[in-house]
Amino acid sequence: MKFETPATTNPIDALKIVGKPFGRIDGPLKTTGKAPYAYERHDVVSNPAYGYVVGSAIAKGRIARIDLAAAKAAPGVRAIVTADNAGQLGKGERNTAKLLGGPEIEHYHQAIALVVADTFEQARAAAELLRVDYTKAEGAFDLAAVKGTGEPRPLFGGPADTALGDFSSAFAAAPVQLDATYTTPDQAHAMMEPHASIAAWDGDKLTLWTSNQMIAWGVTDIAKTLGIAKENVRLVSPFVGGGFGGKLFVRSDALLAALGARAVGRPVKVALQRPLMFNNTTHRPATIQRIRIGANRDGKITAIGHEEWSGNLPGGRPEGAVSQTRLLYAGANRMTATRLAALDLAEGNAMRAPGEASGMMALEIAIDEMAEKLGIDPIEFRILNDTQNDPERPARPFSQRQLTECFRTGAERFGWSKRDPRPGRVRDGRWMIGIGAAAAFRSNLLVKSAARVRLDRAGIVTVETDMTDIGTGSYTIIAQTAAEMMGVPLEKVVVRLGDSSFPVSSGSGGQFGGNNSTAGVYAACVKLREAIAQKLGFNSAEAEFADGEVRAGNRRVPLAQAAADGGLTAEDGIEYGDLDKKYQQSTFGAHFVEVGVDSATAEIRVRRMLAVCAAGRILNPKTARSQIIGAMTMGVGAALMEELVVDKRAGFFVNHDLAAYEVPVHADIPHQDMIFLDETDPVSSPMKAKGVAELGICGVAAAVANAIYNATGVRVREYPITLDKLLEQMPDVG
Amino acid sequence: MKSFTYERAQSPAAAAAAAARHPDAKFIAGGTNLLDLMKLEIETPAHLIDVNGLALDKIEPTQEGGLRIGALVRNTDLAADARVRRDYAVLSRALLAGASGQLRNKATTAGNLLQRTRCPYFYDTNQPCNKRKPGSGCAAIGGFSRQHAIVGASDACIATHPSDMAVAMRALDAAVETVRPNGATRTIPIAEFHRLPGNTPHVETALSPGELITAVTLPKPTGGVQIYRKVRDRASYAFALVSVAAIVQRDGTGHVALGGVAHKPWRLESADAQLPRGAKAVTAELLSGAKPTRENAFKLPLVERTLGAVLTEAKG
Amino acid sequence: MTSPSDFELSRRKLLAGTAASVALTAAPSIVNAQAPTIAEQNAAAGSATLKVSFTVNGAARDLTLDTRTTLLDALREHLHLTGTKKGCDHGQCGACTVIIGGRRINSCLTLAVMHEGDSITTIEGLGTPEKMHPMQAAFVKHDGYQCGYCTPGQICSAVAVLDEIKAGIPSHVSADLNTPVQLTSAELRERMSGNICRCGAYSNIAEAISEVAGRPA
Repeated sequence: MKFETPATTNPIDALKIVGKPFGRIDGPLKTTGKAPYAYERHDVVSNPAYGYVVGSAIAKGRIARIDLAAAKAAPGVRAIVTADNAGQLGKGERNTAKLLGGPEIEHYHQAIALVVADTFEQARAAAELLRVDYTKAEGAFDLAAVKGTGEPRPLFGGPADTALGDFSSAFAAAPVQLDATYTTPDQAHAMMEPHASIAAWDGDKLTLWTSNQMIAWGVTDIAKTLGIAKENVRLVSPFVGGGFGGKLFVRSDALLAALGARAVGRPVKVALQRPLMFNNTTHRPATIQRIRIGANRDGKITAIGHEEWSGNLPGGRPEGAVSQTRLLYAGANRMTATRLAALDLAEGNAMRAPGEASGMMALEIAIDEMAEKLGIDPIEFRILNDTQNDPERPARPFSQRQLTECFRTGAERFGWSKRDPRPGRVRDGRWMIGIGAAAAFRSNLLVKSAARVRLDRAGIVTVETDMTDIGTGSYTIIAQTAAEMMGVPLEKVVVRLGDSSFPVSSGSGGQFGGNNSTAGVYAACVKLREAIAQKLGFNSAEAEFADGEVRAGNRRVPLAQAAADGGLTAEDGIEYGDLDKKYQQSTFGAHFVEVGVDSATAEIRVRRMLAVCAAGRILNPKTARSQIIGAMTMGVGAALMEELVVDKRAGFFVNHDLAAYEVPVHADIPHQDMIFLDETDPVSSPMKAKGVAELGICGVAAAVANAIYNATGVRVREYPITLDKLLEQMPDVG
Repeated sequence: MKSFTYERAQSPAAAAAAAARHPDAKFIAGGTNLLDLMKLEIETPAHLIDVNGLALDKIEPTQEGGLRIGALVRNTDLAADARVRRDYAVLSRALLAGASGQLRNKATTAGNLLQRTRCPYFYDTNQPCNKRKPGSGCAAIGGFSRQHAIVGASDACIATHPSDMAVAMRALDAAVETVRPNGATRTIPIAEFHRLPGNTPHVETALSPGELITAVTLPKPTGGVQIYRKVRDRASYAFALVSVAAIVQRDGTGHVALGGVAHKPWRLESADAQLPRGAKAVTAELLSGAKPTRENAFKLPLVERTLGAVLTEAKG
Repeated sequence: MTSPSDFELSRRKLLAGTAASVALTAAPSIVNAQAPTIAEQNAAAGSATLKVSFTVNGAARDLTLDTRTTLLDALREHLHLTGTKKGCDHGQCGACTVIIGGRRINSCLTLAVMHEGDSITTIEGLGTPEKMHPMQAAFVKHDGYQCGYCTPGQICSAVAVLDEIKAGIPSHVSADLNTPVQLTSAELRERMSGNICRCGAYSNIAEAISEVAGRPA
């Protein structure tokens, strides 16, 4: 189905099931420990051997010599896979560094070997017996030091430099100016399920039970890396224990499991050890961002400029932190610039809202600073510079844009009017209290997505698509979509996901999964409805599907009857025309945060949080809300604690486990309030929905930063905002 | 993890004797730190002596009016003991500020004292570390040192001791009772139990090979206001940047020990003497000669400010 | 409701390796066919194994295990009770939480052979999809999870936390050590802090636990 003109009324609009807060249909499996994740497939693989990954001890250079003798002789060891014996390997289109390094080493903890043994304990012990001599090479590890060597490099094919009007002159002439530099650190996805795979070969056919967000990408890249036909690769990933972008691509666990299984003629299972993950896999790259804003005294922005510097391995991509600045606020004179330097740290890549998450961390502090310079309430300043059109192309409207409504609604709910704009004025015992706000912004992406839908004799509707559920609620919203379309209760729908033998979906990433995968299911259901109508002798244009029946006029036939002499199957997908060119499709929100800062220690604790979001039709308010509050939680981490610390001498992330890389725990997160504004967006898809999963993280950290400023009067521009950055400027202890 | 043999010891003396028979043995009780380190082959015992079956899990009054805490008393039970909560609140508070509920349920009193540093370079076996591999160097010096020591460190090691409990024990003047492989027992004052790194950072305590901790004793309660204040980025389940254990009497005298600043719980009796003069004076004495790195220099004002808040709270 | 994920597992060919499959039955005795039984003192040869017997979810289990096998790996790899998760294997995340003798612990930081005679409860022992424990049902109702990987650990922890509060065990945030512990939101959040949820379902988890505890979040 080609979606080329805005949606009109369709069966989803009945909203009998879609739009309702159903509990997740996979919930009982997850809460009872019955949902099988990649490493747990005792049901399909028996007697696997265990692989343990060895990572490089240096960041850059070569393996001079690798001695496997002691490890090979260790009890239970069946094989040791290295680049020497793995055969000719290619590299996945979406991998920057090789998944199996050697002799050349591209980054610290790059996998250099897989030790395969009968038991996990034997493999782990033998892995310690490898003797590796390296020849180290000089590397670049310090973004600030190599920033000047950065080259123009766009994110996802856009221009590296954008300009409208005359930024320099307008900024110079502006009566009120801000010129500030912000930094965001490298961050880790730190999803709870480590990257894990079980590989089994049946002749030349490979099956990988793995943990992956993008099944079709994974098939392509594994096939390319192994040099085998795509048709011979099957990926199965029905449950994914978190991804956040870290499982968009196949990683070393999948490749090494496949190589190990081939070497030992037996299935092999591999999970990346947690302390290896931080340097072995991908991370969100650090940025340095310079923001300049010029405005008239009335608060109208006349010039806005945003420059980003980030680093990556050669061939990698920039973080893309300027993208939202092209779209969020009005202003006649604009510029952005993206520069990418070469760094020899592990591969930087997408993490939840790549680009916007980092960009909003900086931009929304800058807006707060500018509002203060102007003496205007920071929310009013944002509203004053709101726009309904793409600021770079004024003839191109936003399909929907309720930024102002988000702020107005949130301000009312949060009690913004009680905020004292003068910093450091509010106390609650030993706590200094502050309130901050920030905009949330993330664009909506259209990606084609297909599904197969089957009706059986019992009236059960089964949906198959390679879409994944990484905690997003895909199982549930897809079931809701099929139930709504086919006129059956949710209980009559079975959803099968995450298998490359199913039609190719959008996959999970870039907050595009929910809208696109359900739109693909919609398309397949439209086709199935036609087949059913035809089978039952209805005019498909008139047939109504409801309550397990097909109806038209006075005639009503049980749906299952259409499958009486065998099941009916339909397969289709959604493809898009140019509606995303004619309209800018984005999602919007407003974050509100109250913090307390300990007046003695400068410890920062979040006390209240609210997000108001407008993101098209909300397919399931319960699971969508969870996406937002989860992203808010990750945003608190970004604001207050998350930083992969670079050892600039040896070139690696030092704090590479979950004790040293701190992410928020229960005690860091208060009750979170969340409101969705009513919105349907007929331009986005037949579902009239948009992405929601990543909107929630964009702007949160800045709202926290702004609240800290309001509490203390200390403006920190280097994330994370930890107590040591406040202490010097804190008032004396009473 | 290297392969090891395993036995369950039947008595403290038998456990110590077993250790004498196996030079590469380690005692295991809670295991929460030892197994963590064994998985990374930072610890590589060839034999484990499981001491959980020893009847060392009681908290009993001593003749001197104090408490004898069995080496195997779990952190949860020690923190929850009514006598500890009433008379040694700083200890209860320190325990509750540490680790997680799950870990406190397993971790023991003796094991907590024997925790090893959380220095990230100690944990990464690719990196030089004099504590893990004597003579290999110290990567933390000149590296990421935000968590590291500001006092009492050496050119060989700037690691900190990670325990909260031990800091309270130090403020309370606890003593460590042990048994040696030859059956001899001794009592080591907590002040002498943990060592500064010097040139031998791998030698962390006064224990001799095979010596088994059987109990920790607390002197008669001294009363006073008892406070344990732990400062950290994350609100829970995180190691201290700095912590203060304080016992302050009505007359302003008392004891102060610091965590997160040195290779051992940090207390100076000369600093205690400054207590009536306030936080600034105490801090000046405690941290005199401090040699912070650029990354952890913030701990100096942080100690003073935290101690100031604690003393204010103690005054009520 | 039909299960969303019956995976056609029963119909799919089991991909077995060259060695004989491990005999897997509900019978109490499961022996790891991979590890040869060798005497404890033969550790120098590289692997020492020992027999251990304990009860898991009410069923007696006898295993012969490498001494190095953690309780977590014994559950997941030998007993195929994969509800207990491995998130970090170093006591830093809480996904492996199980309840032993009423107390929650990290099963990754304890050796299986140290649990002779113990009574172990895992997530599978609390309830089933058809008959969920009230805490499991509350997590579903309040959407106290997303990806589901930390969830069994969160639920085991939550069940034990309510017992700890009942037993009067204080926490870091208890205002007074000498008065009974109050069941507040702050108490729940502090006590649950050893269970990391990267999806960030904390606010919903707190509501789920509060409902089971019979108080507003």
